[in-house]
Amino acid sequence: MAQTSARKQGVGSVIWEYLTTVDHKKIAILYLIAGGFFFVLGGIEAMLIRIQLAVPNNDFLSAGLFNEMITMHGTTMIFLAAMPLLFAFMNATVPLQIGARDLAFPFLNSLGVWLFIFGGIFLNLSWFMGGAPDAGWTSYASLSIASPGHGIDFYALGLQISGAGTLITGINFATTIITMRAPGMTYMRMPLMTWTTLVASVLIVFAFPPLTIGIFLLIFDRMFGSNFFIVEAGGNTIIWEHLFWIFGHPEVYILILPAFGIFSEIFATFARKRLFGYSAMVFATVLIGFFGFMVWAHHMFTVGLGPTANAIFAVATMAIAVPTGIKIFNWIATIWGGSIEFTTPMLYALAFIPSFTMGGVTGIMQAAAPADYQYHDSYFIVAHFHYVIVGGVVFALLAGLHYYWPIMFNTMLNETLGKITFWFFFIGFHMTFLIQHFLGLWGMPRRVFTYLDGQGYNAANMISTIGAFLMAIAVIVLVVNIIITLVKNERVGMDPWGDGRTLEWSIPLPVPYYNFAQIPLVRGLDAYWVEKKEGNGKMMPSESLGDFHMPNNSILPVVMSLGLFIAAFGAMYFPDGKEWAIDAVSGLDTKPWALPVLMIGLAITFVSMGIRSWKDDLGYYVTKEEVERDLEELERGGK
Amino acid sequence: MKNHWMKAKWIGLLTVLMVFLSGCGKNHLSTLRPAGEVGREQFYLMILSIIIMLFVVVVVTILFAVAVTRNRRSKRGENFQPKDVATNHTLEVIWTSIPIVLLIILAVPTVYLVFKQADTSASVTDDGEVNPEETVINVRAYQYWWEFEYPSEGVVTAQDLVVPTDERVYFNLLGVDVKHSFWVPAAGGKMDTNIDGINSFYLIFDEDSAAETDRIFYGKCAELCGPSHALMDFKVTALAEEDYDQWLADMQAIEEPAEASSEDAQAGQEIFNNSCMGCHATTATGAGAMGPNLTNFADRELIAGYLEHNEENLQEWIRDPESLKPGNKMTGTYDLSDEEIELVSAYLMELSVEEGSGDVEALQESREASGDDESGEGSADEETQDDEDEEEGN
Repeated sequence: MAQTSARKQGVGSVIWEYLTTVDHKKIAILYLIAGGFFFVLGGIEAMLIRIQLAVPNNDFLSAGLFNEMITMHGTTMIFLAAMPLLFAFMNATVPLQIGARDLAFPFLNSLGVWLFIFGGIFLNLSWFMGGAPDAGWTSYASLSIASPGHGIDFYALGLQISGAGTLITGINFATTIITMRAPGMTYMRMPLMTWTTLVASVLIVFAFPPLTIGIFLLIFDRMFGSNFFIVEAGGNTIIWEHLFWIFGHPEVYILILPAFGIFSEIFATFARKRLFGYSAMVFATVLIGFFGFMVWAHHMFTVGLGPTANAIFAVATMAIAVPTGIKIFNWIATIWGGSIEFTTPMLYALAFIPSFTMGGVTGIMQAAAPADYQYHDSYFIVAHFHYVIVGGVVFALLAGLHYYWPIMFNTMLNETLGKITFWFFFIGFHMTFLIQHFLGLWGMPRRVFTYLDGQGYNAANMISTIGAFLMAIAVIVLVVNIIITLVKNERVGMDPWGDGRTLEWSIPLPVPYYNFAQIPLVRGLDAYWVEKKEGNGKMMPSESLGDFHMPNNSILPVVMSLGLFIAAFGAMYFPDGKEWAIDAVSGLDTKPWALPVLMIGLAITFVSMGIRSWKDDLGYYVTKEEVERDLEELERGGK
Repeated sequence: MKNHWMKAKWIGLLTVLMVFLSGCGKNHLSTLRPAGEVGREQFYLMILSIIIMLFVVVVVTILFAVAVTRNRRSKRGENFQPKDVATNHTLEVIWTSIPIVLLIILAVPTVYLVFKQADTSASVTDDGEVNPEETVINVRAYQYWWEFEYPSEGVVTAQDLVVPTDERVYFNLLGVDVKHSFWVPAAGGKMDTNIDGINSFYLIFDEDSAAETDRIFYGKCAELCGPSHALMDFKVTALAEEDYDQWLADMQAIEEPAEASSEDAQAGQEIFNNSCMGCHATTATGAGAMGPNLTNFADRELIAGYLEHNEENLQEWIRDPESLKPGNKMTGTYDLSDEEIELVSAYLMELSVEEGSGDVEALQESREASGDDESGEGSADEETQDDEDEEEGN
């Protein structure tokens, strides 16, 4: 069972290995592959949107298809690209940063990734099975109840499955960081990436249940005849908006906090200087996470909640600017007096500061509620959140991809191609979204499939589309870079950037499957840097060499996720043609097989859960001898 | 040198700002060309926030640019060892407190305006009835058109909203099928037309601004409401108070559907009565109808809310509404030949309300009467009752 360093494996066994793996490093790669795939998919959808909007009265996409496109673009990018890609970097780095051999619950880690993958596949199957969801990524209840066909069902069930995976992963990371830190790794010595992961995980734990509940209510309304959002029957659609945004606003911080973490690491590394104001940064991270739960109604200023609610949420929203400002200034102070090396990750990090600041200040502009009555649901909003999400999160993902690539794949992405990607992406990004602020102010609503000639929108939309093409070029160059790097496969040694500060750079590459032969002793913030400056450049062990315990691989997570995937089809087709069903599906042909499919799917999941619960799986021990062999081999390797 | 550069940067940024804020956007459509008090207050708040935020962006950009240019490794040398600085208490306090001060400067007018602009108490009397002394308009949003009801005068119209200038116009908003959002960018911010209940707010249209835009402003739906969300536009005609009263009186005066004059139109009216009247009224009554009220159809600005108003477009629209407004509710509810469509459109193009035909004094009387009326006909939530009225009335 113990997968000893089997160098030459067949394709089949590699696939089996990845299907069953519970190793955080391999799960990171699964997240990266699946998240990367959905990122490209969401990007293609974005390009189609921009092509449609390039000129007025365009008919490149029909009205209905356009709405499906924007819905899937938003949903895919948030749930299936940004979050999984962040999970990829969290998985790749956090256990190494805190000196752990794996996550607290390796099995659940695997379950999380497979739930996400099956949920994502389910959602995207909608394209081939009667039409994608078309009520926007927010899927406001009156429209999502009215939307004909099964599009919204794909949205609700797909997100429910992948959301369960996210929740599990959040619990897992929070537990891991709280319980599995190496000796000496106190809370206030944790790298910022770990801190932000911890806070983001806690946010996930509190923010995802409202979404889960909201989606369950929607599923019950659409598939089982309940009336939560059906106004004629006493339901209320505003409840959906609240549930969605009680999740939706923290979600923004779930995305941006780990991005802040990645940038904090990169700034310190490539400025060769410790992070300025570490405790202020930690404090700001926690404060942002806390405030993040008290501002959701700023997405609903025009809903008519009344002046008291609007005023309170306006002021609360403004308050978030303070900790965010603290962060921005501390990053600047970090590079101030440092020695900046312009590597690709550092370019993204540097570009992030002005770009994200612009997204932040437009956020504060929107916090001024009466002015937001004008911005709301206009292109100004589209510009704002792309400045935050792309200028913050996507920059961080691209930076993290280049920065952590050696840890994940033992090779380095090409720096020249990386910089070409950066410049295309950076210029394209500002070109696409800066002008959209003005489109909004000139009265262009968002989510419009076309606009009429003569309203003054033509030139700005054309500029925006050209910018989108520059970003597409950047992504193509990136993909080429990845392929070239993988094909060349030039191995790099330990600490390939040369300035690694935290524990993950103190490990030989490729990282052994057990991470640490001996759990290291942490003697300060930036543990590895401390040893470089004060010790002999090697981590001191906190334990003597000995046997240690590792978890077994398991196929059960895939089977459990598959069961839910199958059950979702049953749930979706269940109301077709039923008398009590909503208008959207009551006219369809009845599907008598729906209920059996639902039950078979759930049975698969519950049986595999039963197997997991009652069949003991005690894992295995890595022996002292094996570890010693590996260490000797490493010595002989000369590195 | 540095000072000079900073000054140049300031001037440059301000120029860019001025160009964008003043030079761009259309008068009848842009939030940057406010046409009334509400929009103007919001515009000033925007300007205040933009100035504060621009200050932040400039400070960050300058600090950032200096930090990056000064501390390049190529300049510092490969062997330079930066000094690790843990933190600086004074700096942390400065960059925590200055933003707090800036935010307080922004928060005060924000809170003030939130409460001010939410005050619609004058639109109802103490008994909770529509106040006949104020201009109150009930807006009902449908996929994908707008109905406007003037409850005090008992007048209903659709697609072209008519408002008086230089006074508060109160709107009671309701979505009928799904949620929409009512937005006249030039006059002020939007408010959602929830299907769960009525939202109220007010806008003001200045006489001067109206005169500059030929009295026409653009309105839009701002909440995704289905495939044709993008085409759910409407027009606002802002008239001086006397003209507004006259228009209402003219609409009110039409008690019977106008008789067609030309032969084609007469034939068209016959077809209309058989095929269309179930949904479309031709007198200015019957709020909450299935389809837009067509009483003053020929006087309107647009066909289907967004097409140029001519007979060709009208025929095209009646022939195949799905191709022009995907997802609309009219498609497939009637079966007319091309010839019949031509006749119907000839009839519709005659549906004009003669200016000055109404009696303004009668209008005043009806307003006073509605104030005394206990049934409170104006409230928009009585749509089911209105629906029945509509069907029986025609």
